[in-house]
Amino acid sequence: MKSKRKYKKLEEILITLLLIAGGVLVSIPFLWMIFSSFKPANEVLAMPPTLLPENPTFENYQNLFTNMSFGIYLRNTLIIVLFSFIGLFFNGMAGYAFAKFNFKGKEPIFYTVLATMMIPAQVTMIPVYLILNQLGLTNTMAGIILPGLAAAFSIFLFRQFMSTIPTDLIEAARLDGAGEFRIFFRLIVPIAKPIFAVQAILTFIGAWNSFLWPLIIASDQRLYTLSVGLSLLQGQHASNFGLQMAGAAFMVVPIILIFAFFQKYIIEGFTMSGLK
Amino acid sequence: MGDIFKYLYKNRYPYIFIAPALFILISFSIVPIVLAFGISFTDINLRGLADWSRISFVGLDNYISLLTDDVFIKSVLNTLFYVIIGVPLVIVCSMGTALLLNYGKNRIFTVFRAVYYMPSITNIVAVAVIWGFLYNTHYGLFNYLLSVVNIDAVPWLEQPTIAKLSLIALAVWKGLGLNMIIFLAALQGIPKEYYEAAKIDGANRWQTLRHVTIPLLSFATFFVTITTLIGWLQFFEEPYVMTNGGPLDGTLSMALFIYRNGFQLSEMGYAAAGSFILFFFIIVATIVQFKVRKADADY
Repeated sequence: MKSKRKYKKLEEILITLLLIAGGVLVSIPFLWMIFSSFKPANEVLAMPPTLLPENPTFENYQNLFTNMSFGIYLRNTLIIVLFSFIGLFFNGMAGYAFAKFNFKGKEPIFYTVLATMMIPAQVTMIPVYLILNQLGLTNTMAGIILPGLAAAFSIFLFRQFMSTIPTDLIEAARLDGAGEFRIFFRLIVPIAKPIFAVQAILTFIGAWNSFLWPLIIASDQRLYTLSVGLSLLQGQHASNFGLQMAGAAFMVVPIILIFAFFQKYIIEGFTMSGLK
Repeated sequence: MGDIFKYLYKNRYPYIFIAPALFILISFSIVPIVLAFGISFTDINLRGLADWSRISFVGLDNYISLLTDDVFIKSVLNTLFYVIIGVPLVIVCSMGTALLLNYGKNRIFTVFRAVYYMPSITNIVAVAVIWGFLYNTHYGLFNYLLSVVNIDAVPWLEQPTIAKLSLIALAVWKGLGLNMIIFLAALQGIPKEYYEAAKIDGANRWQTLRHVTIPLLSFATFFVTITTLIGWLQFFEEPYVMTNGGPLDGTLSMALFIYRNGFQLSEMGYAAAGSFILFFFIIVATIVQFKVRKADADY
């Protein structure tokens, strides 16, 4: 019996070691990014490389804002984030209607919404570009924001969650004379806070990372998002790795911080999204 | 007719609630797919965009020239390469990590769950930029580490086959976290009784894993396979940022081919036809998955 317990202990140590090795391997790119972003231009290219910067400098980060237009990219990205939150309410409203109302055409409309999840971005990007071009919205912020405002998957998750809200509660509010919009904003949104929180985090991450669509629509640097700006930087300053790493860190670190704070919600968000 | 309006007015609220989201989805998903299908039979390009009278119907010409376009064929083969190597790799790695993480309950395992998950929420462009530096032939960390153990520098992104494998390594690293979470959720949902029963029957650890755990993960595996497969078929950002499809179109994926033709060469009709071939692959892959799933659904 004793040897069995010893064996078990050994096994746990082995698995922990394996996980640590894997964890280091997974984190290397992030650590290398952070360390390199603080190295001056000559040190970043030094062979053999230094692990920690010997002469740490903020020069690369300053360059992002003085020589590159990262201030503008940041502003554009934040505008997209802001509008995507409005889109979140559209999705929430639609999810609520599909969960708690009976109306003609509900089933076919809902299945159509779900079907749009199947359509790959590569198929719609050309016609959407043509439509926006016809509306005169290419190379505008509106053109970047509009197509992303609604997402079928998000509507689906809202519907799943809101189906669990007791109908009696809504009926009671109706009897008290509350209007439908009042019910939604004053009753449903507070109850559905957990799903809104999860979706808000995912929406933020999605909007912060948005790349393909701004790349297509924005031909003017004034409209670039951080990701598009970063890919431009990589093309223009191909050998300035310190600057590239600073740009990457500027994009990655906020997301890692948000993740560190809301880890539980993000991971549970995926688990509760009905994957079971 | 009047009755419909009366009905709509009386029951207007659900329609008002779904209207904004539905309007966006119709305008930017449903109308476009019909439009894309139409466009794929025309020769629309930049000139046609300025003057609609210059657009003409070309029938199946786009599809026929695609099938004889060496670059397109190459992008299809590259995409298949990504799928065939990438999908099993992602599944094995994420399931393995999930099994290890599920082993213990103490804090350290929660910390590692977060560490492994991190790559999947970080920006793909940033990640590609970082890995581009790591892969750099002269100044990259990987070649330096190899030189320490006296292995010659590897042209990570400069030789077509190695470049494809390098991009796969990056995408596996990025895809690990999300899929691992799906497997973990499924693992935690397996009732303890199954393991106890296996123990009573005298099954060893390996037999338990092989005949109890993995079969019970079949739904999660199915879900991960489908989403990963679809994701790999649409592989775009990694080759776009890191290699721009090169060297010698060695990393060009179908998605990148479509983007390049549609927006850099402005051959929109041609690109739309390419996108429908990609869509066709996605549908076929999904149907095959569902069929396979049905065939072994006895669990």
